Amino acid sequence: MSAVTRPGLLPAQGAPAPAVPAPVAVAGPVTQVRVVRSEWTKLRALRSTWWCALTAIVLIVGLGAAITGSGAPYTISAGNSAAGGVTISLAGVLFAQLVLGVLGILLFSGEYATGMIRATLAVVPSRLPVLWAKLIVLAGLVLPVTLLAAVAEFFTATALESSRGGSAISLTDPGVLREVAGASLYLTVIAVIGLSLGALLRRTAAGLSVFAAVFLVVPLVAAYLPQSIKGFAPYLPSNAGGTIWGAGKLFGGHQLGPWTGFAVLCGYAVVLTGLAAWRLRRRDA
Amino acid sequence: MIEIDGLTKRYGDKTAVDGLSFVVEPGVVTGFLGPNGAGKSTTMRMIAGLGRPTSGTVRVNGKHYPAAAAPMSELGILLDARSVHPGLSARSNLLALARTAGIGRRRVDEVIELAGLGAVAGTRAGGFSLGMGQRLGVAAALLGQPQTVVLDEPVNGLDPDGVRWIRLLLKSLAAEGRTVFVSSHLMSEMAQTATRLVVLGRGQLISEGSVEDFVDHATTAGVLVRTPDPARLGQVLAAPGVTVSNDGTDLLRVSGITAEQVGSAAWRAHLPVYELTPTHASLEEAFMHVTRDSVEYHAGATR
Repeated sequence: MSAVTRPGLLPAQGAPAPAVPAPVAVAGPVTQVRVVRSEWTKLRALRSTWWCALTAIVLIVGLGAAITGSGAPYTISAGNSAAGGVTISLAGVLFAQLVLGVLGILLFSGEYATGMIRATLAVVPSRLPVLWAKLIVLAGLVLPVTLLAAVAEFFTATALESSRGGSAISLTDPGVLREVAGASLYLTVIAVIGLSLGALLRRTAAGLSVFAAVFLVVPLVAAYLPQSIKGFAPYLPSNAGGTIWGAGKLFGGHQLGPWTGFAVLCGYAVVLTGLAAWRLRRRDA
Repeated sequence: MIEIDGLTKRYGDKTAVDGLSFVVEPGVVTGFLGPNGAGKSTTMRMIAGLGRPTSGTVRVNGKHYPAAAAPMSELGILLDARSVHPGLSARSNLLALARTAGIGRRRVDEVIELAGLGAVAGTRAGGFSLGMGQRLGVAAALLGQPQTVVLDEPVNGLDPDGVRWIRLLLKSLAAEGRTVFVSSHLMSEMAQTATRLVVLGRGQLISEGSVEDFVDHATTAGVLVRTPDPARLGQVLAAPGVTVSNDGTDLLRVSGITAEQVGSAAWRAHLPVYELTPTHASLEEAFMHVTRDSVEYHAGATR
């Protein structure tokens, strides 16, 4: 026992020495892999996870099919590329991004709202592994689910078009594979941005407000601004990232190249995640 | 063992914990007392690394806790506010925590049984009563068989059976050589469970030591004596260090001497004594006395 000054009113009494030696611990070291398993346990067991995933699938496949089926049959011509037809069939991504953004936000803000964050950070006091683990399980869920949905929607849409006499579109046509896979990549990064917002702002309401403003309100307002002051519009996260699945064609105007735009979106995600990591480390839980 | 040295926590210009230094030894149950707002929960959060001290240090088992390689084997903590996910079952809540340390399902099931949650392990924690939530929180704190257990108000909301369970649990944890640090508002419960006490008031250390010393020093033990002539007996007993008070009845309250001394003095003065009772202050009285000046929120206080 180390000698410590005791400023209390009372003289310190010698505490009885522990009778039994320390038992062998059942708990091992914290590793990143273990924290990922822990976060997967939570994500998998929450009903909201599967509701969000299901809704995203329904929006991508169902809404896409409805939009494809409601317009005139799509015919490939000089102004209408095969990839352009795919973009229209993926329009459900615009709505699925809101659902998956919410899933990301809730993954972190939900722990602050319920108080579970204190239990989580008490067992992982180094904290950062929790953020990385949430990022990994979120991306690990969203990427395959949305890829599956985008591929399913591609085949649904092509089947619909061929039954209505539209042009046949193949995955090997220029830009088509990039758009189908890109829709999934785009949604995954959006979910990660949601997660970072949830970690950064800690409150679900604040996270939802910022997310809705950035991905819904600002792009809409920007679309109606006069040409002279809308120079920033292509750099908005949704406009920049949307180029990878051709979303720019839905709204017109100047667009970044697909991979440049996607890189800009990833840049936003990296910066936000960095800020979230900094705040998680520095601030009291 | 928990070693706290010069611990201070400020929120803006409010000082929640002010230069706190004390040691919680292994092998005994140490109670953590203080009025509401004294800084108990803030201190416990800093022990778990959830709050960053403005200054000072906290060491758990001789180490800086956030740098511990195997945190769950070092410290198990129950914080006062609910810290479980209501959308997850009791088992999923525990399993998620267990996974971070590679703890298996068997140990999870063990603590579920230990906490008496076997029948509701698969139920979502959101539907739990306060008492069941507390049991789940205690189960979580025990998962890693930690060297040091910190529990903030563990008996809050528990039924008498649960209170008894906590009492026996704390004692057995201490008997195993673990460090057990527990806060409670229930003085009678603390008097039965704790061997040592750390008492806090307005973020500062008021007292640290054994429960008996605390009670003895905080209040003067006294003797109650009933006699037909209280005024005469009062004169007989008068001596330096002895206080005698009489409220107009035939009862005298004497402090500073023992019941034996009072009885002998009365006998020598040929005064009849009808009743002679040594009185011991309870922990609750001692606590009230000691923290009288440092209570943050007085009932019915006017502003």
